[in-house]
Amino acid sequence: MDFAFDEDQEALRDTVRKFLEARSPESEVRRLMDTVEGYDPAVWAQMANELGLQSLALPEAYGGQGYTFVELGIVLEEMGRVLLCAPFFSTVVLAANAILHAGTDEEKAALLPGIASGETIAALAFTEPSGRWDADGITMVASGSGDSFTLDGTKTFVIDGHIADLLVVAARTQGTGGAEGVSLFTVQGDAEGLTRTPLATMDQTRKQARVDFAGVAAKPLGTVGNGWDALSKTLDQAAVGLSNEMVGGAQKVLDMSVEYAKVRVQFGRPIGSFQAIKHKCADMLLEVESAKSAAYYSAWAAAEDSDELPVVASLAKAYCSDAYFHAAAENIQIHGGIGFTWEHPAHLYFKRAKSSEVLLGDATYHRELLAQRIGL
Amino acid sequence: MDFRDTPAEAEFRAEIRAWLDEHLVGKFAALGGRGGPADETGWETRVEWERILGKDRWIGLGWPEEYGGRAADLSQQVIFDEEYAKAGAPARISFFGEGLFAPTLIAFGTPEQKQRFLPKIQSVDELWCQGYSEPNAGSDLANVQTRAVLDGDEWVVNGQKVWTTLAHRAQWCFLIARTDPESKGSKGLSYLLVPMDQPGVEVRPLRQMTGSAEFNEVFFDDARTAKSLVVGEVNDGWKVAMATLGFERGTAFLSQQLGFQRELADLIEVARANGSIDEPRIRQELADSYVGVMIMKYNGMRMLTNLVKRGVIGPESSIGKLYWSNWHRTLGERAMHVLGPEGQIIDAGFDGDYELNEIQRSFMFSRSETIYAGASEIQRNIIGERVLGLPREPR
Repeated sequence: MDFAFDEDQEALRDTVRKFLEARSPESEVRRLMDTVEGYDPAVWAQMANELGLQSLALPEAYGGQGYTFVELGIVLEEMGRVLLCAPFFSTVVLAANAILHAGTDEEKAALLPGIASGETIAALAFTEPSGRWDADGITMVASGSGDSFTLDGTKTFVIDGHIADLLVVAARTQGTGGAEGVSLFTVQGDAEGLTRTPLATMDQTRKQARVDFAGVAAKPLGTVGNGWDALSKTLDQAAVGLSNEMVGGAQKVLDMSVEYAKVRVQFGRPIGSFQAIKHKCADMLLEVESAKSAAYYSAWAAAEDSDELPVVASLAKAYCSDAYFHAAAENIQIHGGIGFTWEHPAHLYFKRAKSSEVLLGDATYHRELLAQRIGL
Repeated sequence: MDFRDTPAEAEFRAEIRAWLDEHLVGKFAALGGRGGPADETGWETRVEWERILGKDRWIGLGWPEEYGGRAADLSQQVIFDEEYAKAGAPARISFFGEGLFAPTLIAFGTPEQKQRFLPKIQSVDELWCQGYSEPNAGSDLANVQTRAVLDGDEWVVNGQKVWTTLAHRAQWCFLIARTDPESKGSKGLSYLLVPMDQPGVEVRPLRQMTGSAEFNEVFFDDARTAKSLVVGEVNDGWKVAMATLGFERGTAFLSQQLGFQRELADLIEVARANGSIDEPRIRQELADSYVGVMIMKYNGMRMLTNLVKRGVIGPESSIGKLYWSNWHRTLGERAMHVLGPEGQIIDAGFDGDYELNEIQRSFMFSRSETIYAGASEIQRNIIGERVLGLPREPR
């Protein structure tokens, strides 16, 4: 039994942290969050060409480096720590894994190398206006047969949907319900009949779009009518990835709180000497460390493609969502008035914590999913 | 990162399983893991069982071989605890001796002391209790007022201890007493070993809110012990006492986790049986408890990895105590939600002397767990000051 990162993994973390500290400081986050696109193409290219982050966990056969979810988790944690503004989660975690699980060898060979090289930005168009994260939430109908399908309807809350070169779309065949009949399709970002509307998001560091389909031609990804297992696995892996990302942000707000509690003096003492503040920080540490344990374990389960994945994915998403939001909220309280200002970064983390909590289903949703998955 | 056994670990696990298969039968198996350090269910059978364990050196398996141990490393100890809990073997009665005192003695004792006491712990001929808390030394443990003075070759001990689990069963007590009469606080204390069977020691049971009396008050009135029975230096017992607390807060919860998992599984069965499992609130609560108990395991595995790599239990072990005690207390509250009005009724009726069932007892007893072994508030101080480096409260 060994529950620690090895030297190479720690070295990867160091490299990514140094890169992100240089290229995604708070000033850059604030600059990019004010743009509609929400990322810096030069940094995105550097991530691909100099660090190989987009290709890291993709199979070598498709232009990747063949590392696992444990390494990907480390990268995501570091990105969460600095609130990196980039279409990484949408492209590499959501879309790439959907293609990997649903696609045929030919489809993977056609689509994945572009993602690995950083040339393709991709998004998973899954949720609809109902805001549901389960199979029943997919109501968009795909009509057609063979290789020729058209899509009509609306997808929304699509992460980075407005800038994606490639959309992976979840739809269903006429007359089906639940997991049955769910299919995945690919659509080019500039396809005819596609209307993409950027949404103004409360969390400005992660962009979302509404995507309207009016008779859009779509290519099937894998076998039509047979997509739910691939999508479900993708969502579980994404829950794992997001949990790791959240852990990075949660640790950062804890660091901010502790640092401030040591230097902020009131009543002639650093506020961290008062138990009211000290105990808040202690509880945050407990929750952040526990969130790490859950996130890291789930990353290992994803890397091993373990049978435990569905259970630990929901477990990690439920715990990390609550832990991050709580830590981000306490961080504002500990900072007092300054923590409520636009100028201070506390609100950026608070908002990212909230959007991450909601993304892929909140803690309540995942606890119910977990209950089903452990047979309650 | 790898959670699978190494070949050597797998072999050790198989050895334990085979031993348990052979020995854990009949009345021992029938106990079904019930009891605890402060729950005397099936006491005589558990003593008998534990002697069988000791004879084959499963007690003290981490001790050096010269004192009868197996010199098992931490991973092996955890594997043993896992298999032991999975098999539903009886709850251990030697917790204070084997779990707290022995590691302290191995770290700080003289070779003579180790030779004298460790074999008797292993053979279950001597049980231990812990004399720390006093009426005016609870969270402020350094305010210990029990005094010990030298009279020739013997220490003479006077004072009162409280919340002393198993004092009525134990042959020995490890305690902290003030040996420098001019001292205050954590200075001037010594870690003494005192025999319980003597005229100067009186044990009075302390009935708790559970209706039973697992804890005791212990009065020392000119009690005596040999001059040589001090662990560590005279007047320097605080660090020895703190090391014991480190063991109490650190390693204990690893073996507890599986018991908690079992308790949750039992509660889920109750919820299934009474139909409350279909209520959204109950589903949320049970799922959340499941999340909590699994994270307890993951936290334990991370802590263990740190321990193996760095070789010490750090202050981060306080996270474990704070975590499990709160988890268990919450489970007790949720168990009452599952039971509904039925949970309010004592099955034994008026004749049972307030005899609670297992779920009711756990609901009540868990209130003590966020208090003993360093209250949650003390744990938060330790985490805040030693892990996060926040400034101390002015004292």
